[in-house]
Amino acid sequence: MYAFEYHRPTSIGQAATLATEVEDVKFLAGGHTLLPTMKMRLAAPASLIDLSQIAELHGIERSAESITIGAMTKHAEVVNSSEIRESIPALAEMAELIGDPHVRHRGTIGGSVANNDPSADYPAACLALNATIITNKREIAADDFFQGIFTTALEEGEIITRVSFPIPSRAAYAKFRHPASRYALVGVFVAERGNDVRLAVTGAGADGVFRVPEMEQSLSRHFAPDALEGIIIPPEGMNGDIHADAAYRAHLVGIMARRAVQAAASRG
Amino acid sequence: MTATGIGAPVRRKEDQRFVTGQGRYVDDFNRPGQAYAYFLRSPHAHAAIRSIDTGPALVMPGVLAVFTGDDLAADKIGGLICGWMIHSKDGSPMKAGPHPALAQDKVRYVGDHVAVVIAETLAQAKDAAEAIVVDYDVLPAVVETAEAQNSSVQVHDVSSDNTVFNWHLGDKDATDAAFAQAKHVTKIDLVNNRLVPNPIEPRAALGEYDPGTDNYTLYTTSQNPHVARLVLSAFIGVAPEHKLRVIAPDVGGGFGSKIFIYAEETVCVWAAKKVKRPVKWTSDRTEAFLSDAHGRDHVTRAELATDDSGKILGLRVHTIANLGAYLSTFSSSVPTYLYAPLLSGQYDIPAIYCEVDGVYTNTAPVDAYRGAGRPEATFVVERLVEKTARELGQDPAEFRRRNYITQFPHQTPVIMAYDTGDYAASLDKALELADFANFSERKRDSARRGRLRGIGFSSYIEACGIAPSQAVGSLGAGVGLWESAEVRVNPTGSVEVLTGSHSHGQGHETTFAQLVSDRLGIPIDQVSIVHGDTDKVQFGMGTYGSRSGAVGMSAIAKALDKVIAKGKKVAAHVLEAAEGDIEFKDGKFGVAGTDRALGFGEVALQAYIAHKFSGQDLEPGLKEGAFYDPTNFTFPAGVHICEVEIDPDTGVTTIERWTAVDDFGVIINPMIVEGQVHGGIAQGVGQALLEGAVYDQSGQLVTASFNDYCMPRAADLPSFQVDVTVTPCPSNPLGIKGCGEAGAIAAPPAVINAITDALGHEDISMPATPQAVWRAVRKAHMPMAAE
Ligand SMILES: Cc1cc2nc3c(=O)[nH]c(=O)nc-3n(C[C@H](O)[C@H](O)[C@H](O)COP(=O)(O)OP(=O)(O)OC[C@H]3O[C@@H](n4cnc5c(N)ncnc54)[C@H](O)[C@@H]3O)c2cc1C
Repeated sequence: MYAFEYHRPTSIGQAATLATEVEDVKFLAGGHTLLPTMKMRLAAPASLIDLSQIAELHGIERSAESITIGAMTKHAEVVNSSEIRESIPALAEMAELIGDPHVRHRGTIGGSVANNDPSADYPAACLALNATIITNKREIAADDFFQGIFTTALEEGEIITRVSFPIPSRAAYAKFRHPASRYALVGVFVAERGNDVRLAVTGAGADGVFRVPEMEQSLSRHFAPDALEGIIIPPEGMNGDIHADAAYRAHLVGIMARRAVQAAASRG
Repeated sequence: MTATGIGAPVRRKEDQRFVTGQGRYVDDFNRPGQAYAYFLRSPHAHAAIRSIDTGPALVMPGVLAVFTGDDLAADKIGGLICGWMIHSKDGSPMKAGPHPALAQDKVRYVGDHVAVVIAETLAQAKDAAEAIVVDYDVLPAVVETAEAQNSSVQVHDVSSDNTVFNWHLGDKDATDAAFAQAKHVTKIDLVNNRLVPNPIEPRAALGEYDPGTDNYTLYTTSQNPHVARLVLSAFIGVAPEHKLRVIAPDVGGGFGSKIFIYAEETVCVWAAKKVKRPVKWTSDRTEAFLSDAHGRDHVTRAELATDDSGKILGLRVHTIANLGAYLSTFSSSVPTYLYAPLLSGQYDIPAIYCEVDGVYTNTAPVDAYRGAGRPEATFVVERLVEKTARELGQDPAEFRRRNYITQFPHQTPVIMAYDTGDYAASLDKALELADFANFSERKRDSARRGRLRGIGFSSYIEACGIAPSQAVGSLGAGVGLWESAEVRVNPTGSVEVLTGSHSHGQGHETTFAQLVSDRLGIPIDQVSIVHGDTDKVQFGMGTYGSRSGAVGMSAIAKALDKVIAKGKKVAAHVLEAAEGDIEFKDGKFGVAGTDRALGFGEVALQAYIAHKFSGQDLEPGLKEGAFYDPTNFTFPAGVHICEVEIDPDTGVTTIERWTAVDDFGVIINPMIVEGQVHGGIAQGVGQALLEGAVYDQSGQLVTASFNDYCMPRAADLPSFQVDVTVTPCPSNPLGIKGCGEAGAIAAPPAVINAITDALGHEDISMPATPQAVWRAVRKAHMPMAAE
């Protein structure tokens, strides 16, 4: 790790101002992605703006239509939230599959979404649930937010404040863990809201999280695993590493999609 | 059996310290004025060094010194050594290339040591290392074990085809003759995957020099501090042996990787004198992946000849063993004398012939890792035996039973003389515990759920204790492999045992104390075990090869016998009886046939106050030492049975049941032994299903972090069913065989035999990752499927 300046503002306004005043700055949330890369000297921001003391970024709110989660909310808080368990159980179940207890008690939804790791779980949930990413400047639909691996619609100095999830009629997440890292080798999040079915895949795509329109259309006609029969996911555009090449990942997308639909359908 | 004696499941005395964070590891030691070392490592697998400019680094803040290989050479510091001479078939000695602690002229693997920066802080040392300018001429690399001998890349000048040795063992003609009359020959090609040891505590070294006394001190993460001192003084030449104190305090696991003498500790001791400051280095996890000696990495073709009744006639093995870029401390012995002598397994095999080519590649050095040679041998034998049984249409358990050695002692055709064992007893017990009788029902049940179930056996044997010094000397070892102990009885009757064994997780503070408690009849909390400091313990060979029980404790037992003998003399004087009439029983020295007796503590006090005997009759004090040199290897053996279920959709293999029946001879602490078995199985399952070091073609380590290198986790393992059979070892006074490596030796073939049973074909290698198993399932069930 190289030396850096450390700031700890207490309001979103202060943080945003700091971000424009200070050179080469990064926001610090749970630090579970940022700090390891700094320790390995792969990232070397001149300043960090720690978001942890900004009260407005914390908390979970439930309305009739949606769940809204503050950016600094930790994965463990999502896991344990009774509001979320009641309204979008799939989201709490997804959060429970992130990393290990240490990670879940440090990592945040804001950090995960802003980072857009191609193997992270939240991007699939955001895309499938048709979430809105709310920043200090605007509201961005998930479909527009995730723009390829480690790339998002966020502008320099823009702060995610909340993520809002419309409550689906049923949803589920099926994750095939990477054997070593336990991130998603392939994760499929499926959500049905009225007649609208959205299905998003993380871990597999070379360009990051993506939706599978063919599966969505078929599922919107008939929400059951057999609706996916015959839909082949081609290996082109898939990620590959020593644990899973493109062909295996493509195959797993089909398997995990079926398992996610099975789990969602069994929710009644 | 007493509550704390031999055989009692005593809770580990050291765990209170460890689990409350009060252990003291090398990195916990800080010396006044301490500076920090950071090693600049090669980013290239193979490159000539045209020049190194340390100038820009030297002017960086906090930098005390920057050293390169030239500085070591100028001080006549020798290279790192390989302490076991192997001769090729033609009688020529192995081709050992130079192994300087800091590279000279060339780097040979990613992570090779190029220069060291010593600075006030670690961050300053790292900053300065980035400022060193190295002009590399990058060369092509050779990384694949099987390709090393045909590569145009030459790793060392001493070997034109990267061959270190072409070694062999056994009788070629007799083996050829056996194959000529065979009814059936089974062939197998195997890869034993390369592993990264990954002890939880990374390596560390802290060197200190006292100009007043000219004494050096090295705190290091070592399994054998005396061997480290010997090598650093006699061979590398950093300090005279009597001026160098090596301390290996609490050590957080080693699995073999902390046996060896590495560049970093060499440099830290030497640099401490150069900069006149204590110098500390602590490996980070990436450095550990890159530069700890790796394990295994064999490519093998083997054949087993059988007659028409399924009796084994002969075994032929050819192995290429990747030794990495340099010969690490004991690397040459692992794929030779720790490997081929185990190829007879538990079987009566009349003829065996094994050839091993040790090769250089542009990868991290490979050396002993939990099991060291025996897992590789067991994998060959047990995979081959299983495959043979299947080809012959015989039950794999019964095929094994038919070929078991049943008469002891048994001389194998490959050096070893097995002393005792009852292999069928372990098999019978394992079959019962594994509920083998109902396996086919479970398999049908799995099939109904769309799952593939398989069962796999591993009927392993290994050789521990290493070993009679004369024997290993005749095989090329540069050292003897005895162990020493000193028992110091204090006037109050408490006891300190100084041992040359070194605990780095094994629980010696408990098991060794149990032996003392058992023999002297004193409470276990009256016993302290002292190890890991060359200023306290006179000499010792250290802990590896599951030797601390069989060899280390035997030395203690011998010293305890001497203490008791001396105690009898003291008691005779005090009790005014003839020495021959004194009996020692239940912690009391008594006069035979009377009720006159002295407790152990009373005798200890009398020995030190020396009021009851004259100096002419008896020396005061109660302290005895012993060296114990074993008369044979010990031969732990057993049967492990693994049952797996495979999800054909994902390729995920779940271990449903694990049965282990081991014969470790006499057991000192069954709880600790069971823990060793659990850990060993976990490591073996890791090798079989999860772990594997992967280098890309350019020699970059792809698996250089836990993000890519998959370690076993608790959830990857079932609850083990562990049991024992006991045939006491006849060659040591305690009857101990050793248990530390058995699980890691037994497990891999059990897993792969279970997977191949489930698949219905043999085509899967380690690690059998979900991806690999998925492909193998498709191969079995959908021969027409593309990909
Ligand atoms: C061992 C381990 C295992 C893990 N396993 C998983 C897993 O299985 N699945 C998974 O999905 N994730 C996993 N993670 C990632 C973890 O869950 C976090 O989500 C992730 O580290 C990012 O969150 P953070 O709060 O730590 O963000 P940080 O590391 O603090 O920040 C990450 C990035 O986001 C930016 N950022 C943070 N907050 C904001 C904000 N409010 N507005 C704008 N930009 C912001 C930062 O500047 C930085 O660039 C794992 C992490 C570790 C260390």
